Amino acid sequence: MKKWTRRAFIGAGVLAGGTLVIGIAIRPGNRSSKVAGLIASEGETVMNVWLKIAPDNTVTAIIPHAEMGQGVHTALAMMLADEMDADWSKVKFQEAPADKEYANFTLLKGFVAGNATFPKFIEGTIDGVFLTAVKSLNFQITGGSASVRFTGQQAMRIAGAAAKSILMQAASDTWKVPIEELIAKNSIISHPRSNRSATFAELAPAAAKVNIPTQPKLKSPEEFTLMGTSQPRFDIPAKVTGEAQFGMDVQVPGMKYATIKASPVFGSKVKSMDTTVSSSQQGVKKILNLGDAVAVIADSFWQAKTTLDVLPIEFETTENSGLNQEEIIDRYRNAMDSDLAEGNLDTHFKDGDATTAFEEAAILVEAEYQLPFLAHATMEPMNCTAWLHDGKCEIWCGSQNPLGVRAAAAEILEIDIDQVTVHNQLLGGGFGRRSETDVIKQAILIAKEVDFPVKLIWSREEDTQHDVYREATISRMKAGLDQSGLPIAYAHQFIFKHHPPEAADIPYSIPNQLIHYSSPASHVPWGNWRSVDHSTQGFLTESFIDEMAHAAKQDSFAFRKKLTRDNSRFQRVLDLVYEKSNWGAPLPANWGRGIAIAQSFGSIVAEVAEVEVGIDGKVKVHRVVCAVDPGFAIHPNGFIAQMESGIIYGLAAAMTGEITIENGAVAQSNFHNYPVTRMNEAPKIETHIINSGNPPGGGGEPSTPVIAPAVTNAIFDATGIRIRQLPISKTDLRASIRQTT
Amino acid sequence: MTSLTINGKEYKVDAPEGIPLLWVIREQCGLTGTKFGCGIAQCGACTVHLDGQPVRSCVTPAISAEGKNITTIEGIAPEKNTLHIVQEAWIEEQTPQCGYCQSGQIMSAVALLNENPSPSDEEIDAAMSGNICRCGMYGRIKSAIHRASAALQSSSTL
Repeated sequence: MKKWTRRAFIGAGVLAGGTLVIGIAIRPGNRSSKVAGLIASEGETVMNVWLKIAPDNTVTAIIPHAEMGQGVHTALAMMLADEMDADWSKVKFQEAPADKEYANFTLLKGFVAGNATFPKFIEGTIDGVFLTAVKSLNFQITGGSASVRFTGQQAMRIAGAAAKSILMQAASDTWKVPIEELIAKNSIISHPRSNRSATFAELAPAAAKVNIPTQPKLKSPEEFTLMGTSQPRFDIPAKVTGEAQFGMDVQVPGMKYATIKASPVFGSKVKSMDTTVSSSQQGVKKILNLGDAVAVIADSFWQAKTTLDVLPIEFETTENSGLNQEEIIDRYRNAMDSDLAEGNLDTHFKDGDATTAFEEAAILVEAEYQLPFLAHATMEPMNCTAWLHDGKCEIWCGSQNPLGVRAAAAEILEIDIDQVTVHNQLLGGGFGRRSETDVIKQAILIAKEVDFPVKLIWSREEDTQHDVYREATISRMKAGLDQSGLPIAYAHQFIFKHHPPEAADIPYSIPNQLIHYSSPASHVPWGNWRSVDHSTQGFLTESFIDEMAHAAKQDSFAFRKKLTRDNSRFQRVLDLVYEKSNWGAPLPANWGRGIAIAQSFGSIVAEVAEVEVGIDGKVKVHRVVCAVDPGFAIHPNGFIAQMESGIIYGLAAAMTGEITIENGAVAQSNFHNYPVTRMNEAPKIETHIINSGNPPGGGGEPSTPVIAPAVTNAIFDATGIRIRQLPISKTDLRASIRQTT
Repeated sequence: MTSLTINGKEYKVDAPEGIPLLWVIREQCGLTGTKFGCGIAQCGACTVHLDGQPVRSCVTPAISAEGKNITTIEGIAPEKNTLHIVQEAWIEEQTPQCGYCQSGQIMSAVALLNENPSPSDEEIDAAMSGNICRCGMYGRIKSAIHRASAALQSSSTL
């Protein structure tokens, strides 16, 4: 992991101004009375803000991240408990309150700076800048595959180690024995020579008076007892009994239900509505015009929905009201053409002289790719419960961004953020969607009009048609190869660059690169969709490298291996997926094998897909072999589950995922016309992890970008048809099969 | 007032014409383990049993359930503070991720195993493909069903 220094932490400490240090509670005077009040009950000693020890010797890890099935509560508690040598059977967790004290300083710093090591003299300044930024952004998010690699590595482990260190010091001071003779194990500190021992809880009051060290010693991997093991996840038992409470399940006394219909065309307003009949419907409490949406409040969701369904509403016509998908793509294409002609493209990466190199190339490969808009389609439709009372606002929701929720509420209501309480619940899927606050804002505007709590529930139709979408894109790729098939030039013109900033990079050693992009206007709202820009770039670059391999008459695996020869991590991942997938072994007729590899969010993932293209043209993905180097998998089973999840999520998009715009609005509405992968379509997935000892990479997203190209490359292997437009279902593969059979 | 029998308990509910069973179970009976996912019987998150048969409660009129035994996720364990063999298998396999679809998955799996105690992969696919899991835990769901099936066999031979 990143080498951390005293100076870095002094930087963080200074910013805390004598309260608490964000994430890294290792500085004297860091115990914030405010946070102590929030999380400690009577008889408990707050050692630092990331953990507490109760009189019964239970250790509670306080986790500043939302649980959406990624197992973050368990994995982060393990990291803390391992460093602390706590008794795992007595470790509990608590999700941190949505408070600025928990703003993810370490996380944002990690996002922006990655694992870079800074020159010592600026570390304090960097910490200061980022902490200020985090607080002002109200940044307490769960996303970017970042919880383990940033919060876990840079906060939870250090907090656990610091806690152990002061407990040891307290024992040493109390017993007047050298600290080196003490042993910490199972939440007990013992001194074998004098046959004395005490529990963490017994030592906690004395420990709280010890100055917290600035540099607690972290364990090396050989010393890990919990990290690297697959402890049963905390969140699972309640999820099999139905007791797990999601935002959708919140029940507040006196609560009513609301549902909403926003203008189908993004950006349009309500022109008129006729409430004469509907207002007297049974159970209906109120019908509200929110400007760009209409909401109905009723005794039950069903009454609200059936009323809204038949409510006559007219929306204003806008410049986008007649816009269709083809026109959007044409606009994008025109923008690319004119930006290219006028030299208006932004440069992503440039190396050497691609233009000249193309002229010298023996073989030119060129292709245009197209990708659709995608919705998130979390299992739990968007919802939020809000209650405004006594000048305060209470919110119940499942959010990846609870502090952002508070800030949004405070802004709308023009009240102090301290008057807003967020009760964060389990998330029924996030995938980036629940980092937004749109539904929260609606719920507050609705709750503002009544004096009782209201639960706003979106129908699946609303959820599909008012998402924030993965961008639709087109991309132009060009490569020049020499006589031997070696690439000597690479050019990529794409549209839209969000983040991560490196997403359009290629891992291959190719001299003379020109990667540039346009940013045309679009009225379709954009949002973070699992793996963000990697979700498009993974498909583009890994499809095109396959085209290059084919043009060079080389094996897809061998070609990648050759062009990554200077990158030992890529080499190992490629070798592992080669071996485990039995690459090159014969397959039945109309079957094919495809490979793809990409690095994202700090993890390198290669996947080999085995597909069969049926006589009816239908594609069946039978098997996916996944090899991944995440540096170190803290919770291997949880990490494997994340790989599986990311693969199925990306597969659904690759096979059938497509949101299209008709007359300015989303044409799809529910799972019948926005189909997702079901069990009978799901491949067998085999995941193999390499613990390379590199800084830990993320798990939530990195398996998603490579599944689409692995499958389309496999389809090419099976049929000779190169799929350059997703979803795959748009391509009729029947002809290819008739020819080959 | 309509009378519904859910998990062996009688509930007096207000069921206006057309209201789906799902909303009565969740809002009036307070049993929130049964989930709303799509509203049109496409995702299976709302699966409950009517006289042992799995149904999508989001499209089942509440009135049609009158006089029948309704079982929800809260009612499948043999007794309080115990788990159904399928729930145990789900924990063993560490099946759920976000967990939102899992009540429905488990209700479909219980119904499958009641009909067919040792289903093949294909039979599991056929019975479970009406239940969407956006976290993509299909492999684990399948393994958990096989595990529950094996546990059922061994418990019946005791």
